[in-house]
Amino acid sequence: MNDTNTQMPSTDDRPVMISVDDVTLAFGSKVIQHDVSFRVKRGSIFAVMGGSGCGKSTLLKSMIGLLRPTHGTYLVEKDNYWAGDDASRVRIGRRFGVLFQSGALWSSMTVGENVALPMQMFTKLEPDVIRQLVELKLGLVGMLHAIDQYPSELSGGMRKRAGLARAMSLDPDILFFDEPSAGLDPITSARLDELILNLRDGLGATIIIVSHELSSLFHIADDGIFLDAEQKTAIAHGSPTWLRDHCTDPMVHAFMHREQLDSSGSAGNG
Amino acid sequence: MNTSVNGAPQWHLQPEANRTLVTLSGDWIAQEGRTPAFPADALKDVPHGEPVEFSTDQLGKWDTSLISFLWELKRSAREAHVNVDTNTLPESAHKLLDLLPEIPPEPTPPPPHHFAPVAAVGQFTLDTLNEVGCVSEMGTAAAKGGLASLVGRGMMRTVDLMSDLNAAGPAALLIVGVVNFLVGAILAFVGSVELHKFAADIYVASLVAIAMVREMSAVMTAIIMAGRTGGAYAARISTMQANEEIDALQVFGIPVSSYLILPSVLALAFTMPLLYLYGCLIGMLGGFFVSYIMLDVSPLGYFHETIQALPLDQFTFGFIKSFVFGTFVGLTSCRIGLKAGRSAADVGIAATKAVVVGIVGVIALDAIFAVIANVIGI
Repeated sequence: MNDTNTQMPSTDDRPVMISVDDVTLAFGSKVIQHDVSFRVKRGSIFAVMGGSGCGKSTLLKSMIGLLRPTHGTYLVEKDNYWAGDDASRVRIGRRFGVLFQSGALWSSMTVGENVALPMQMFTKLEPDVIRQLVELKLGLVGMLHAIDQYPSELSGGMRKRAGLARAMSLDPDILFFDEPSAGLDPITSARLDELILNLRDGLGATIIIVSHELSSLFHIADDGIFLDAEQKTAIAHGSPTWLRDHCTDPMVHAFMHREQLDSSGSAGNG
Repeated sequence: MNTSVNGAPQWHLQPEANRTLVTLSGDWIAQEGRTPAFPADALKDVPHGEPVEFSTDQLGKWDTSLISFLWELKRSAREAHVNVDTNTLPESAHKLLDLLPEIPPEPTPPPPHHFAPVAAVGQFTLDTLNEVGCVSEMGTAAAKGGLASLVGRGMMRTVDLMSDLNAAGPAALLIVGVVNFLVGAILAFVGSVELHKFAADIYVASLVAIAMVREMSAVMTAIIMAGRTGGAYAARISTMQANEEIDALQVFGIPVSSYLILPSVLALAFTMPLLYLYGCLIGMLGGFFVSYIMLDVSPLGYFHETIQALPLDQFTFGFIKSFVFGTFVGLTSCRIGLKAGRSAADVGIAATKAVVVGIVGVIALDAIFAVIANVIGI
């Protein structure tokens, strides 16, 4: 670790929003990732990178409360997420908005009802105020025309955008995106990137993205972590562009330059 | 977010020389539910050509609440043909506002509601006939697939047939047994009250035997299987539909009729008659149990009377009925599963519908059988 350059020097003095320390994730005795530590600064777009099957989505699951880590601490500002009881996790979780990989819209409700449900459950807003906010959120993601449609009538990209509107339903200050641009065409994907940047700037949200879509990562993420499936831990820390330009780990280098790992020694001139 | 100036969200419109100034102040937080509405006619006095600008010096924290208000303002400005200078807003609010469409969405008209009983009855009849046609067509296709399987060119996998047979047969023995035992016992109870008056206790045996073999066992078993296995088929196939698994089968050219439907229908059609026989025996056992304990009937006498009362062709009739019930429940529940929509709620609807159609259909078919039996004199 000492002779390779895998840690981006930090010049970011924004306050820390999320700290993950020595977290180990496992299914039974099968360890997925161990001793993962990182900090997410307030207002940053943090990328969780790594090859397929390295445990990115599992890490995300543990951060949104679907999987308890076997070891380690996970703080959201001052709150220790996994140390408290269910009620405290629900309270902290109210600050989260999650965009699932395939949208995960509730299929028996229209898009508008999907976005409205969290507001109906957790706020005392009047129905017409809710309707107005639903229109606003769908308007922001460009889905206002589909407000009365059912998820089964939407394309994949539309489901993602509707899922994003639902994730923003309660104006969360931490947003988690699981593969936001997977399966989208380049134009829709670029539009989604722009939207994510605008939401971060506009609403001041902290965003954690799980993705291996390089072009999108270079464009939007300003910090990140690289998980490796072989070593089962984080092998590099830094923004995707920094990792591309400065990281000397062969695995990270190959990933960031879209090369095959075994030929990376000679083809390092990307 | 922005620096905090506590207080309710407020706005104030003030005409000035060459412009109209909108002052925004306080905290604009959507979940607090204090977002003021922007009156649609508030901009009607703004002179044409003069821009609306914003002063945000006293603006505190804000989220989508502010954007929602500004969107309304922007839309009413468009109505009043007034220019809004969004550059005077905070940069990030300006960006978000730009994402929003200027034209409000057309509200979708509610579907027209006509009260037309004749049309409704006609539509129902057509739909029912259409369904009968579809089910028959599906049954024919499955039967062809079955014949192809017999000569070794079918698309049905033995492993599917075996697992379906297990689910529809041995796994159902307990519930079919319990229900038929109790039905037999109840028949004996009810019969004994009347027959005792005539000192004809021994005929409880023939009452239970004939009732079980001709009607009760076949109908009860079919109803149980419609609820148990029919509902499961419909739920399984509609879930496959929702996950595009059926589409995948079709793309590969694997015929749904012989791959999915045939083993399900075969399993029910094969196990239902066997379960019927089993139900008959258990039902008679229930009757015997009650008679032996409650009435003055000897075990041998009960057995003898049962044999006396039951010609074997009674079993044949019930056996055929059960086969028809099994085929019917299997085909209709598969058809309902295939026709289901693609959402989670649709899976529940399909399962419910399969059970309802199965139970009602079995009883209706049984009535038809009763008429036929009457006519041909069995």
